[in-house]
Amino acid sequence: MSTSLQRGITTLLAQIDAPVATFFSTCVHCGLCAESCLFYTETQDPKYTPIHKLEPMRRLWQQEYTFWGKLLKKVGLSKPVTDEELAEWEPLVYDSCTLCGRCSLACPVGNDITYMVRKMREGMVASGHAPEGLKGATQRAIEQGSPMGVNLKTLKAQIKHAEKETGLTVPLDVEGADYMMVLSSAEVADYPEIISAVTRIFKQADVSWTLASDGFEGTNSGIQIGSSDLAADILGRIVHAAERLKVKYVISPECGHAYTALRWEGPNLIGRPYPFQVIHIIELLDELRSSERLKTDSVDETRMTFHDPCQMVRRGGVIEQPRNLLKQVAPNFVEMPDAGVQNWCCGGGGGVSANHRAERLRIKVFSRKKSQLEAVDAKLLVTSCSNCRTMLLDGLELNRMDVEVIGLTELIADHLTDNAEGKAS
Amino acid sequence: MDQELLLWVRGTGLQIATAVFVLGMSYRVLHLLLLGRKPSLAVARGSEWAGGLRTMWQRSFMLPSLSGRGLFTVIAGYVFHVGFLITLFFLSQHIDLFRAVFGFGWPALPRGVIDIAAVLAIGAMVALLVHRFIDPVKRLLSGFEDFLTWTLSFLPLLTGFMLLRNIGFEYLTLLTLHIASVELLMVVAPFTKLAHMFTTFMARWYNGAVNGFKGINA
Repeated sequence: MSTSLQRGITTLLAQIDAPVATFFSTCVHCGLCAESCLFYTETQDPKYTPIHKLEPMRRLWQQEYTFWGKLLKKVGLSKPVTDEELAEWEPLVYDSCTLCGRCSLACPVGNDITYMVRKMREGMVASGHAPEGLKGATQRAIEQGSPMGVNLKTLKAQIKHAEKETGLTVPLDVEGADYMMVLSSAEVADYPEIISAVTRIFKQADVSWTLASDGFEGTNSGIQIGSSDLAADILGRIVHAAERLKVKYVISPECGHAYTALRWEGPNLIGRPYPFQVIHIIELLDELRSSERLKTDSVDETRMTFHDPCQMVRRGGVIEQPRNLLKQVAPNFVEMPDAGVQNWCCGGGGGVSANHRAERLRIKVFSRKKSQLEAVDAKLLVTSCSNCRTMLLDGLELNRMDVEVIGLTELIADHLTDNAEGKAS
Repeated sequence: MDQELLLWVRGTGLQIATAVFVLGMSYRVLHLLLLGRKPSLAVARGSEWAGGLRTMWQRSFMLPSLSGRGLFTVIAGYVFHVGFLITLFFLSQHIDLFRAVFGFGWPALPRGVIDIAAVLAIGAMVALLVHRFIDPVKRLLSGFEDFLTWTLSFLPLLTGFMLLRNIGFEYLTLLTLHIASVELLMVVAPFTKLAHMFTTFMARWYNGAVNGFKGINA
């Protein structure tokens, strides 16, 4: 057995806790999870059945944690997990799973399959079976500070641009601010409008905030590839910056996996609770709205709908807040079928967007989003995850659909009450 | 000989089967629980227990939007489970046995209702077995254990129905076969996926607890 395989198997076994063992013990092989996964529904290929993606891990559990499995292993009648098998499973674990969590809501016996895929990836990375694209993104995140190669220089250029556009100062490294805003790579690189938007909103709402030069990047490829060590490294920069600046809150950007990393996995990754709280930008905007600090004075009559980012909504619990905000500025807002916790993934979450090998499959399964959108005939698609946004733009373009995409924070900023200063030209 | 065998399955056999079932299932459940899980250091938005208990209950009543194959699985699954539980808990003979052991019982359902429940459960099981062979997803997921547990769950239903209806063999033979098939089921259940009769509720709790912790009502 190769060293890397041994490492992978040891890691996988270490991932088996009470929930995982209970889930494997309980699965009755009913196949209902297939129906909840867009990689199955859009291809009808049984290999994309969510629980099947865990087959090597299931066998390890059986061989090491069950009476019959141990007995069969002892007499040499069980099939060992091999390098070839893990290589064969790599596309199932990475290309055809966005960790969207839909299967975990569909399983009748209650198995949290997504929880297990996340753990399975730890073993895959340890055994050297992770996609090249995702490895590259993670390496860039570790070495350069960002999976997309965004650095402080890029950020400073975007800040300068936002300051020019808004006529306001974008605070950087302000010690003692209440809130520290984190961005995603895609925001800094492709959607810098977000910086102007939050600058104007926070000015109007009188929020004390800052960006941090050493902790502005929230995208966490470590979570996506399934390496807790690397995830902790990447996250540690934000924690360190927040502690250095003594902020009370860290704001998670419009980026699903950044929210999961920061809000739910973070303290477990670094092994201690944070001395600050984490709040999603959409949660904060809704708080500002309900306390009447965020005021809008115009509406957008366009027929629009909202794409729920999986990690913010189904796996994150920020469900009503985006709707409260939309109601304020969008009188013609309509919900897609299956909106909310049952929404369908954009197809590019969980590291799929960074995995070039997965591109064809991702584009194929966009048919689900396409039919959801066609059902409501919206002209504007609002979302609150920059990765979803890129995936949606890509899918819409390839399907020649005439639908615009915008981030929710920007939409809100576009309708802020004009308080003399900070109104975009 | 036949009578001796019947006496054994009603006496020693039943005692052994009960002991294996109770001890085996307790071991299985404890073993799972004792593997433990790390408590989250993140700040909770809601209650783990509220979410866990909610999912334990709510997951029994799901009818999600499904395609034909999924809908078939859900409906046939309900018919089998409900039919099986009705015959198990509401046949007067079963309640009498329970009363003899524990000293209390509950009203039985009329024989006609039991007959219908048993026939529906048997029919649903056969349909689910056929589906396991022809449905590509289920075929991919299925292994020896799935067919073993199907057989072991099917035999008590079948022999029980034959017993009530006097089909096939004489009464004492059928009674022996029925009790023996139940004992086989009891002995194997703790060590196969049949343990889901208990572990389902644990799985649902763990799943729901994570959602409850995050304040997600799902």
